[in-house]
Amino acid sequence: MSFTIAEKIFKSHSSSNKIEPGQFIEAEIDLIMVHEQLGGRIHKEYEKLELNKVWDPNKIFFILDHWVPAPTISAAQMHQDCRDFAEKYKFVHKMGMDKGICHQVLPELGFSRPGMLIVGSDSHTTTYGAFNCLSTGIGATDVVMVFATGSLWFKIPDSYKVNLSNKLNDGVMSKDFILTFIGDISTKGAIYKSLEFHGDGAENLSIDSRMTISNMVVEAGAKFGVFLPDNNLEKWIQERTKKPYNIVKPDKDAEYEQVFEYDLSKITPVVAKPSNPDNLAYIEEVEGLAIDQAFLGSCTNGRMEDLRIAAKILKGNKINPKNRMIITPASKEIYLSALKEGLIEIFLESGAIVTNSTCGACIGGHLGVLGQDEICISSTNRNFIGRMGDPTSQIYLASPATVAASALNAKITDPREVLS
Amino acid sequence: MEYIEGHAYLMGDDINTDDIVPSHTLTMREPIDMAKHTLEFIDPDFVKKVNKLNIIIAGENFGTGSSREEAVNVFKLLGIKAIIAKSFARIYFRNLINTGIPAITLNWEENNFSSGDLIKIKLKEAIIENESKKVKIEFKSLSKFIMGILNEGGIINKLKKRFKN
Repeated sequence: MSFTIAEKIFKSHSSSNKIEPGQFIEAEIDLIMVHEQLGGRIHKEYEKLELNKVWDPNKIFFILDHWVPAPTISAAQMHQDCRDFAEKYKFVHKMGMDKGICHQVLPELGFSRPGMLIVGSDSHTTTYGAFNCLSTGIGATDVVMVFATGSLWFKIPDSYKVNLSNKLNDGVMSKDFILTFIGDISTKGAIYKSLEFHGDGAENLSIDSRMTISNMVVEAGAKFGVFLPDNNLEKWIQERTKKPYNIVKPDKDAEYEQVFEYDLSKITPVVAKPSNPDNLAYIEEVEGLAIDQAFLGSCTNGRMEDLRIAAKILKGNKINPKNRMIITPASKEIYLSALKEGLIEIFLESGAIVTNSTCGACIGGHLGVLGQDEICISSTNRNFIGRMGDPTSQIYLASPATVAASALNAKITDPREVLS
Repeated sequence: MEYIEGHAYLMGDDINTDDIVPSHTLTMREPIDMAKHTLEFIDPDFVKKVNKLNIIIAGENFGTGSSREEAVNVFKLLGIKAIIAKSFARIYFRNLINTGIPAITLNWEENNFSSGDLIKIKLKEAIIENESKKVKIEFKSLSKFIMGILNEGGIINKLKKRFKN
């Protein structure tokens, strides 16, 4: 028998002797991430079980990131519920609300390592696939099951192989690739599938860039978006943790339901038009469209390489006063690095607003909510109706380079023109 | 859980969790307060209609987006008995099954259903009868594993039993 990465990791986490696509198994969870959802449905549902403990308080990663600091009384109360629960059940890894966005902080602290099976109360938990582990989002009742038993039911997914070759050109980012891919395959194109990213093109991508791709595979419906291990990844992991890990490569003759080929040097800047992430348009089709807000941040694109390219574009320039730019670093670690590199100064000098690390604007929660009929170009992952505020507002998803270039002109702008 | 009867409420493709539960409601403490906002951006009258129309029949990729289980819970609170869709987003499918709501995948056609049709679902036989149109449609039966969870009324009940023994 030969196996894909998903099949191998499930095999090492389950006692089931039948590991093949379509099979239902129960698998042992290495780590579970929970955020404000804990104070939403999870705590109420868990209390119904009347257990006085969780299966392993050392395998729970708890963070507050969606509404931090609390913008409303109800959010503050939700945080209180979360903290009470974490205290009562003696969680070991309590991150509080100052560290940043879950999908950035968890990897930074070395919690996502090759070979692991990780679940989280957030659909973008797929992000950790960049670290050669299986990770995916689950709902509140699933979290209750993991808290109680340490295991969860899964259906073994079919896998799609995505071969990447060559390198992205200047001004083109991994966001442009993943938006192109989602546009090609559609938001339902990979439902329940495990995507495996192969090839020299994947190796040429930075860890930051890989995280953006794994983050957004869920927008194509995928269950996992996993990268093969390489030296860059191992170096990244070893800089952050001394904990052991097991790299996982697929067998040479592993079976893939579909194979896709992408030459990264052929990818060009794109956007996803309202109101679905697969509503793809080349930058040339939307160039010149007036915008009210440019947002740079989120678990998709709030990392150092994202801030660096934005700073390169904004340095010495002023943001067009016809629009506003909001920049939310994905974590405090990134915020501090950006501060040391002088990026924050560049942003502030250019007229951008820099906020603390939070999911706020992306979910229409706070720190960048859109008003009636406003148009936003955003480095986030979803452009659904009302996602960032008023239901009449419109979101164009784009790369950090495109967001920054657009902010300079208060209209959608090809970043290659600004960078050249 | 073998027989379900209700009236059809039709929806299109890519109905996402922000449509079902707008994020501005997510910090509300009482689930029933949140439920009042269900689908408010795409059908402001949904909450009024739901008394009568309690079987959702949707297109592709139903429930795409966030992991927020509230997007299942509001339907449960409002009395939705089952959801039939051409395809379901992965987490949403799990959330439906885990909370005991049948999720039936069916590649239905325009002339199969109209809003308000009387629908009878026989889960075990994997048959949907549209009484109003006098048609019977077969669907791919839910796996034994999934039926096991639904028959318990969801995962929480299953867990309760497991910890009692």
